Amino acid sequence: MPYKGKLGELVKKVEETRPSRVGVHYPRMTQEERQDVLEKFHPDYNKEGFRNIKVGVSKGARMPVEMADVFEAWSTLRDVKLDLDVEPDYDVDVLIIGGGGAGASAALEAHAAGANTLIATKLRFGDANTMMAQGGIQAADKENDSPAIHYLDVVGGGRFENVPELARALVMDAPLAIKWLEDLGTMFDKKEDGTMVTIHGGGTSRKRMHAARDYSGAEIMRTLRDEVYNKGITVVEFCAAVEILLDKNGRAGGAVLYNLETEQYLIARAKTVIIATGGSGRLHYRGFPTSNHYGATADGLVIGYRAGAKTIYADSIQYHPTGGAYPPQLLGLLVTEKTRGLGATPLNINGEQFVYHLETRDVESSAIIRECSERKLGVPLPTGIDAVWLDSPILELTYGEGTIEKQLPAMLRQFMRFGVDIRKEPMLIYPTLHYQNGGLLIDENGLTAVDGLYVAGEAAGGIHGTNRLMGNSLLDIIVFGRRAGRHAAAVSSNTVVPEGLNLEHVAAYHRELEETGAADDRVGPMLLPHYTHR
Amino acid sequence: MSDEIKMVDIFLMGKRYTVPDTLTIMDAMEYAGYQLKRGCGCRAGFCGACATVYRMAGDFELKVGLACQTKVEDGMYLAQIPFFPGRKATFDLEEIKPSTAHFAQLYPEVFRCLGCSSCTKACPQDIDVMQYIAYIQRGDFEKAADISFDCLMCGLCVSRCPANIVHYNAALTARRLYSRYIAKPDAFLAERARAIEAGECDADIDQLINSDQEKLQELYNNRDIE
Repeated sequence: MPYKGKLGELVKKVEETRPSRVGVHYPRMTQEERQDVLEKFHPDYNKEGFRNIKVGVSKGARMPVEMADVFEAWSTLRDVKLDLDVEPDYDVDVLIIGGGGAGASAALEAHAAGANTLIATKLRFGDANTMMAQGGIQAADKENDSPAIHYLDVVGGGRFENVPELARALVMDAPLAIKWLEDLGTMFDKKEDGTMVTIHGGGTSRKRMHAARDYSGAEIMRTLRDEVYNKGITVVEFCAAVEILLDKNGRAGGAVLYNLETEQYLIARAKTVIIATGGSGRLHYRGFPTSNHYGATADGLVIGYRAGAKTIYADSIQYHPTGGAYPPQLLGLLVTEKTRGLGATPLNINGEQFVYHLETRDVESSAIIRECSERKLGVPLPTGIDAVWLDSPILELTYGEGTIEKQLPAMLRQFMRFGVDIRKEPMLIYPTLHYQNGGLLIDENGLTAVDGLYVAGEAAGGIHGTNRLMGNSLLDIIVFGRRAGRHAAAVSSNTVVPEGLNLEHVAAYHRELEETGAADDRVGPMLLPHYTHR
Repeated sequence: MSDEIKMVDIFLMGKRYTVPDTLTIMDAMEYAGYQLKRGCGCRAGFCGACATVYRMAGDFELKVGLACQTKVEDGMYLAQIPFFPGRKATFDLEEIKPSTAHFAQLYPEVFRCLGCSSCTKACPQDIDVMQYIAYIQRGDFEKAADISFDCLMCGLCVSRCPANIVHYNAALTARRLYSRYIAKPDAFLAERARAIEAGECDADIDQLINSDQEKLQELYNNRDIE
């Protein structure tokens, strides 16, 4: 028995109620009930923890205070003398900042279009939230489905706040993205005849979630990375961009890079720049633990914003309903939505289901927070927090022994490492900071308001409105990575080598910071989180 | 799973630090004062950045694990492998086929496996690495793809191989060959992709885009769910 003491007693209630819950359908919420639980319990609706930023092109925009802190920050280059007129260290057509799924997709398309392409990335190539995405990728590629049906799910899930053209691009390109990945030799779950195995995700009206076991993102990432290397595209690791360079006409003309190991600054000149740096979970908004990669520190948002790219829905953060809560080594780690997609249900201290298991993420998270706060029916943990059960053993009871080993090998392994056999014992979960719904505003080619500056992947905003559905993020990085790569390559072929590279936009940003009296010790981008205890 | 926190001594590259025993190796390094650059990635067991070799005080056996997925123990001597310079053969997926002949050109060392099983013993994912190398040698790419699937490409197998095989890259090539040539393509996916490129799906979606929010809301709330 992995759960000892009081937890050991409480787990018995889950076991007692389990047989009576098999095959029983718990009702979905009405639209009014959803709105009510969101407004009362979703962290985004809480007035505390947000402020309006005082500087930059989206001055006045509402943001979590932790994000506002990194936005209202001085450049890393504030006290650094850089000669921008020297021969650059790198000179390319397309500079891609970030080595996750969006960056890799952009690189492959830019290269295919004939552009000289460079990927510069802060950590290793493939160190990204892409690698950690478990559940799957959506695409309307079944006969009972269509891009239009997918579109309705996307905008309904996104609270009708999506930029329509971006949501359209997402769903229309989706089957093309899956086909592209299939042709690249991505090992999707398939039937004998080649048909993709697809299941539901929260908020989907059709079974359109494609998966590669529960390593979906890892499988996509390692395939794309392998192909980037096959094509001979230059990749520079442990080299973060700390500032975008603009040219004499105000177009993006490259970036200042920072070699994390030698601590040297390098100049990359480029005709177009694609920011693909991902999200910001490591800012730990509202003190939440996060499922995000170590590198998710909002770097691209910060430098893109200083260069003049606008934000959209910067105050919209996704809390994944099922973050690990116990044992403590699993705190914040993602329990894939595929677990619920297959039929595992959340339960309170009495072993009772209290919410339909496949509401959209925002609603499901809010319902769990309500159960633990207002209703006081959470499971108290020895670590001092409350959580709810996620009944995984019901999957084995419903679909037969071996289901979890086959469908959720990563989850089984992860919990087993810390003493919980999820085939026999339920998991303990609580919402975890998972995704930045908003970001820098792009058009359907990934272009920002700054000429020559693109954003793709989680750093971009507008696609998902204010709540992204499961499986639309892996899709987003492929779709908009490819679009940005293609467009940037085409633009680069008609663009001369940029001249007069400068950081005047940073100087102007500093003047605004001075006027607003920003704290002197705030310097960004953050690059690495600070977890040292001493 | 005791809930009482005890302090234990661990040795990071030979230096002693006293840390709570509830921590993973990665958290313990941070507790000790390291700000990690290499040797830290997803922190969730998916990326293979934090391959770690360790030994317990008084023991000679070298053990392996992922720093983010392994709890510290008293008397643990450890070091991380920040990078492994394993070779990756480059190839054009459209030119090669799932045959041992093609594979031997890319990774000839795969066929020099000594059968020592050091790779399997070194795998933090408990993959039978030597077995999938054997499947590749036999040209059984389906089985090689299947059992190698959970590989995180951390490089520990390669670090222990007396034949200099780069197992994780060989396995990735095997999976791509299997997925591209042995698994059948999804027929309807190709048809849907064609229809989209031919503009056959435009009318439906444009009708939605041109609807006002009230109409969209009504359609959404009344949509049929499979």
